[in-house]
Amino acid sequence: MPKSLTEKEALKAYRDMLLIRRFEERASQLYGMGLIAGFCHLYIGQEAVVVGIQSVLKPQDTVITAYRDHGHMLACDMDPKGVMAELTGRSGGYSRGKGGSMHMFSREKNFFGGHGIVGAQVPIGTGLAFAHKYKEDKGVCIASMGDGASNQGQVYESYNMAALWKLPVVYVIENNHYGMGTSVERSSAGPNYYGRGQGWGIPGEKADGMILGEVREAAQRATDHARSGKGPYILEFDTYRYRGHSMSDPAKYRSKEEVEDVKIHHDPIDHFKTYMIETLKIKEDQIKAIDDEVKETVLEAVEFSKTSPEPDPSELYTDILKEKVPLQ
Amino acid sequence: MTTNQREDILMTDSSLITLSVREALRDGMAEEMTRDETVFLMGEEVAEYNGAYKVSQGLLDQFGSKRVVDTPITEHGFAGLGVGAAFGGLRPIVEFMTFNFSMQAIDQIINSAAKTLYMSGGQMGCPIVFRGPNGAASRVGAQHSQCYASWYAHCPGLKVISPYSAGDAKALLKAAIRDPNPVVFLENELLYGRSFDDVSQDQDYVLPIGKALVRREGKDVTLTAFSIMVGKALEAADRLAEEGIEAEVIDLRTLRPLDVDTIIESVVKTNRIVSIEESWPFAGIGSEIAALMMEHAFDYLDAPVLRVTGADVPMPYAANLEHLALPQVDSIVEAAKAVCYRT
Repeated sequence: MPKSLTEKEALKAYRDMLLIRRFEERASQLYGMGLIAGFCHLYIGQEAVVVGIQSVLKPQDTVITAYRDHGHMLACDMDPKGVMAELTGRSGGYSRGKGGSMHMFSREKNFFGGHGIVGAQVPIGTGLAFAHKYKEDKGVCIASMGDGASNQGQVYESYNMAALWKLPVVYVIENNHYGMGTSVERSSAGPNYYGRGQGWGIPGEKADGMILGEVREAAQRATDHARSGKGPYILEFDTYRYRGHSMSDPAKYRSKEEVEDVKIHHDPIDHFKTYMIETLKIKEDQIKAIDDEVKETVLEAVEFSKTSPEPDPSELYTDILKEKVPLQ
Repeated sequence: MTTNQREDILMTDSSLITLSVREALRDGMAEEMTRDETVFLMGEEVAEYNGAYKVSQGLLDQFGSKRVVDTPITEHGFAGLGVGAAFGGLRPIVEFMTFNFSMQAIDQIINSAAKTLYMSGGQMGCPIVFRGPNGAASRVGAQHSQCYASWYAHCPGLKVISPYSAGDAKALLKAAIRDPNPVVFLENELLYGRSFDDVSQDQDYVLPIGKALVRREGKDVTLTAFSIMVGKALEAADRLAEEGIEAEVIDLRTLRPLDVDTIIESVVKTNRIVSIEESWPFAGIGSEIAALMMEHAFDYLDAPVLRVTGADVPMPYAANLEHLALPQVDSIVEAAKAVCYRT
């Protein structure tokens, strides 16, 4: 565990991970009740990755990811109410109900989506890094992808340009071992995604994505590298999603034992809680207070997502262009 | 300044100069890059080579390598990078060496650039211009000779411009760069070297996107065209005049949003219309115009709408077959006479 983690930081990290966990559990319930529809990809199990990375970012840094994005948004400090209301397709959602689970953004929090096309977020993130460099704002872009996206051609086009132009981007590969139903063994010749930048001289490393401290340390090294003008960095995190690829996936391609083993022995929140109590000597009642606050926050988000009205029918024809589009 | 005011200037303003379309596009980019530090140009061979078709001649010298960026041959990647840069507060001009290669990048143009404003409930916006030569050049075969007008015009969230003259090319490219939305700007290789005496030197002069131009007035039949086909339509109008048919030629200039009002106004007068385009007939711009005339001008039509299009085949290489595959003045004249019930 990094020595730099203060009690306050630890409590925040625990709170953020727990918020994601509880938020996603509720989202799953709302999906079952028919209040959330379509594609909905839960982040449960991977919480330490986004929370660890976010904990080392600076205000000007930008974040972009694919469609398993609820955790990223909550880690970016976006309002859980706005995220949940977007999941239920209501006007109080971040995209006013027009984006859904996969398409949410917050300029205020420098979160740039929320992209539904596997891998497409990677060149876009590279472009955000291009803008950081162009504007000389010392910002870094975190461009996240899964092991599945890591085989898309545009990822390598991005690596090449980022290395060529020394762009301040950290490519984060959240290796949860399955691209939908296809295991990394069946999808990838050579499973070391972090080493795939070698040909371009991009440094890479792999860390345990279930241990917040390891994520944090690796993310600090990567962002320091990118921020210093040395160019891109690849981080691969070994992680696991407890649920199926999306809500409609029964995940029959892996055994119950495999999932249970991770839940019991490698759960990122349990691990961090133990660390807080045993090493940081944080008291149980402080943790309990966070548990209660998170529960309340999520319940408020659920309530908001149910009561926020659906978008007005007139919203169908807004936001197509920056100016109002005349109907033909 | 409105379009009509400009037409007056065209007659009287001695400040208009003669330039090739290539030079006009270059000047348009240079002026906008001078005006706005966030505008930059990227693409294959745009910098040190001065552009595969020399459209970016001299821009590297003028603005430096930070703002005129040679990319690797990696269309999908640099189109997406451009979108990200636009999200990040810049105003990229992304040059495709030809629009044929934009198919490598079409996901980023449509899914990322065009749809994100909507998907974000109005938060994001993507001020970017994708530009380059579109359509058939000469003897370059099927993969390098395709018109993407209807492909991109199909998609909400995009604006699609395809100018004919040098003055329009400059003023519309400047408008596209200033526009807060993603714009697909379809040029034409064969027009690059053609000169027009309609280029404004006023750095603040831009044309409104979405306004067509009546390039020739006539009372008997309306001809709509864009890009290089405007020239063919004007030639056809000359020939028709010799036979006593006065054709009105509308240069569409913008394909999305299409200036339907100007077309309807013309058809109300002429009662006949022929659409001309170099792309394939099926689901093309002409198909859209035919449908729009059914919806908005049915009672004014004295003949069915006719389309003159490229042949419904991949572009052949052989000179004679290529000629047959592209709309020619003869076929435009023939179609115009057909809707006038003249033989």
